[in-house]
Amino acid sequence: MTQAARPQSEAELAEIVAGSNGPLRIAGGGTRRSGGAGAALTTRGLSGVTLHEPGALTLVARAGTPLAEVERVLASEGQRLAFEPMDHRGLLGTKGAPTIGGAVAANVSGPRRVVVGAARDFLLGVRFVDGQGRILKNGGRVMKNVTGYDLVKLMAGSWGTLGVITEVSLKVLPAPEVTGTLLIEGLSDADAVRAMAAALGSPFEVTGAAHLPGDAPLTLLRIEGMEASVAYRAEALCGVLSEFGVSRVETDPEAGAALWRAVRDVEAFHGRDGHVWRLSVKPSEAPELVARLGAEAVIYDWGGGLVWALAAPGVDVRAAMAGTKGHATLIRGEGPPMFHPEPAPIARISEGLRAAFDPRGVFNPGLMG
Amino acid sequence: MEMPAPNPQIIAQKARIVKRLRAALPEGAVIDAEAEVRAYECDALTAYSCPPLAVVLPGTTEDVAKALRICHEAGVPVVPRGAGTSLAGGALPTADSVILGVARMSQVLETDYDNRFIRVQTGRTNLSVTGAVEEAGFFYAPDPSSQLACAIAGNIAMNSGGAHCLKYGVTTNNLLGVTMVTMEGEVIEIGGAHMDAAGLDLLGLICGSEGQLGVVTEATLRILPKPEGARPVLVGFDSNEVAGQCVSDIIKAGLLPVAIEFMDRPCIRATEAFAKAGYPDCEALLIIEVEGSDAEIDAQLARIVEIAERHDPVEIRESGSAEESAKIWLGRKSAFGAMGQINDYMCLDGTIPVSALPHVLRRIGEMSKDYGLDVGNVFHAGDGNMHPLILFDANKPGDLEKCEAFGADILRLCVEVGGCLTGEHGVGIEKRDLMGHQYAPEDLEIQMAVKDVFDPGWLLNPAKVFPLAATGARREAAV
Repeated sequence: MTQAARPQSEAELAEIVAGSNGPLRIAGGGTRRSGGAGAALTTRGLSGVTLHEPGALTLVARAGTPLAEVERVLASEGQRLAFEPMDHRGLLGTKGAPTIGGAVAANVSGPRRVVVGAARDFLLGVRFVDGQGRILKNGGRVMKNVTGYDLVKLMAGSWGTLGVITEVSLKVLPAPEVTGTLLIEGLSDADAVRAMAAALGSPFEVTGAAHLPGDAPLTLLRIEGMEASVAYRAEALCGVLSEFGVSRVETDPEAGAALWRAVRDVEAFHGRDGHVWRLSVKPSEAPELVARLGAEAVIYDWGGGLVWALAAPGVDVRAAMAGTKGHATLIRGEGPPMFHPEPAPIARISEGLRAAFDPRGVFNPGLMG
Repeated sequence: MEMPAPNPQIIAQKARIVKRLRAALPEGAVIDAEAEVRAYECDALTAYSCPPLAVVLPGTTEDVAKALRICHEAGVPVVPRGAGTSLAGGALPTADSVILGVARMSQVLETDYDNRFIRVQTGRTNLSVTGAVEEAGFFYAPDPSSQLACAIAGNIAMNSGGAHCLKYGVTTNNLLGVTMVTMEGEVIEIGGAHMDAAGLDLLGLICGSEGQLGVVTEATLRILPKPEGARPVLVGFDSNEVAGQCVSDIIKAGLLPVAIEFMDRPCIRATEAFAKAGYPDCEALLIIEVEGSDAEIDAQLARIVEIAERHDPVEIRESGSAEESAKIWLGRKSAFGAMGQINDYMCLDGTIPVSALPHVLRRIGEMSKDYGLDVGNVFHAGDGNMHPLILFDANKPGDLEKCEAFGADILRLCVEVGGCLTGEHGVGIEKRDLMGHQYAPEDLEIQMAVKDVFDPGWLLNPAKVFPLAATGARREAAV
């Protein structure tokens, strides 16, 4: 394979796109899935945090900036990316450094998404190069902005099919002083989803709700904030969840972080063969769906709204979802399309948008439809 | 504000169009009498008005689809309307357009506390969404000032915000799904009770598209558990700069109040004369509200007070009870009414980076002197969303034009310092012709290309959002 094109500036990137004769495979750090065919084009050369204003909760970075660098800059002022972007390397067996542009382009979030929102909810503005090589912008760097159409949301999660993101502005949040994790052992899937619903429906600001089934099922509920506050809310939640029996509260920062990292990065599936599916469903419908899925293993996140499933290649996960609203994305494996097929009218609109942004069809062709 | 000349051919066909709509829709759903359509001639931007050709008030998504199919076939422009509370002229008709109002569609279709959502018809008012779930301990977070009257349809069209966005986000962050009817009359479902899009994020695109991409008839909204309690602290300062610095320091310290409201001296004076809330006599004041249990609130307020004290405040008033909280909020909540009592006013809506606050307030003060028009500032300081209120006299010839020119200067200043023209009200007709200050022609072109995909004939709310000069070719091609 030839070396990936690695422009050092937005203008150079725009020239490469304008001058391309065939498809381009767009990537950031190369740690997540990308388009199949085409000449590789990476944003890694566009790197650096260009603005961090802690008092305004805003950060602007070039797309190829490693996530780790963004997180380091934020941590130096006690802040963080609240959407908790997942690291796909362990699950996909990829190398390299995940970039902020990649996280945004794939709308990558983690356990906190259930309460605070996804990457798209924190994206304030983008600059990008469209399929004709035009440099465009949308949104800005302020939290409230309804000036024109919100192409910012559209670019988040477009997986490089509408344009190559060159710069992102993000809303960031303060990191909490302490974190506590309530652990419940031995719940059935259905009881776990009920327990998580009770916790998420309480006023005690749960910021993570996951369930790891198996021989020793474990349900995790996270609370974050000031020390006295976390202690108070942990106790209050034990009351709310008395019917389920909270075994203990993990307050050790490293042990707690490890528990949530394992959920975020789906560590239970690392090193195991099979297709990896990511199902987004109505939480209360998740246990029944899982029961008919035929998966080898599952993990529930987002109170049951996100199901990670490890299944043999022949298992038709999407067929099992018939009658359930939601969608399934094939995160690892070959065969079925990566994205859930869309109803005809929606597919038609999506196709129209791709043609408007990328009339020659050069960006990651076929990846999203 | 200029509006495109109405198409005489459509006006000439009025009787035929109304007849077709009447035949397709239930009795009483079509209004065409001159006196009755006048009720729809404007929204809350009352300086501009024009009676529409006719008004359609359907009761179901299917009826909305029928009406749109007829208008599409006849090439009639359609202006969707929620409750008509737009401050930007988002629901302003033209003489050749049909107003499609969702006001009669106000039912709650489903409430689900386990999965924390409510599904409603979009004519339902914002506050009555919370009203439907509060007994169960939940609320709907976006809270525009007009929440008693404004409809969810308009909230989605304008991506409405409110005072509590710093913590809870705006409409787009609380919207899970929509049922939308396209201009061709096709009913589509996007999103639902699950999270994230299956493919491209069309939900995020539709929210804030000002009724130009489709008519949203049903919405699935995220509801949140009500906090145990909330209490504010009021802090007065002797300069705008210091108040602005205090906002920044509170946020930097890792505190995330649910609201930080800012009022400057002209606004404080007006509200004191009007509401007598007992505010301190000072240059600027902040109202900072936090949530949680009593003990949690005390702990957060203690930290905020500690930060505020470093800025030599004129006064600090910490609420210890519901009555004290109500008294602190009284002046802020009466601010618009108080300013309106002095004179006519225009309310702006630009957003700026919080760091630019002192500079922008100083420049607004200077411009106020140059224009000879008073201005009061009251706004959501935590997120930089400003609401300068420019006072003018609508009966004095030339005053409205002067006020609009002053307003445009302020909005250009917002863009210059890294902000935007509108934070929560929308572009409508009001900021339409200023869009070129924020976006380059090609940035606007790609947005218009999005409308081409959803509404190739440019029939839905066609004269809004984009500078008229930029959309001329598209609108005329459609005719």
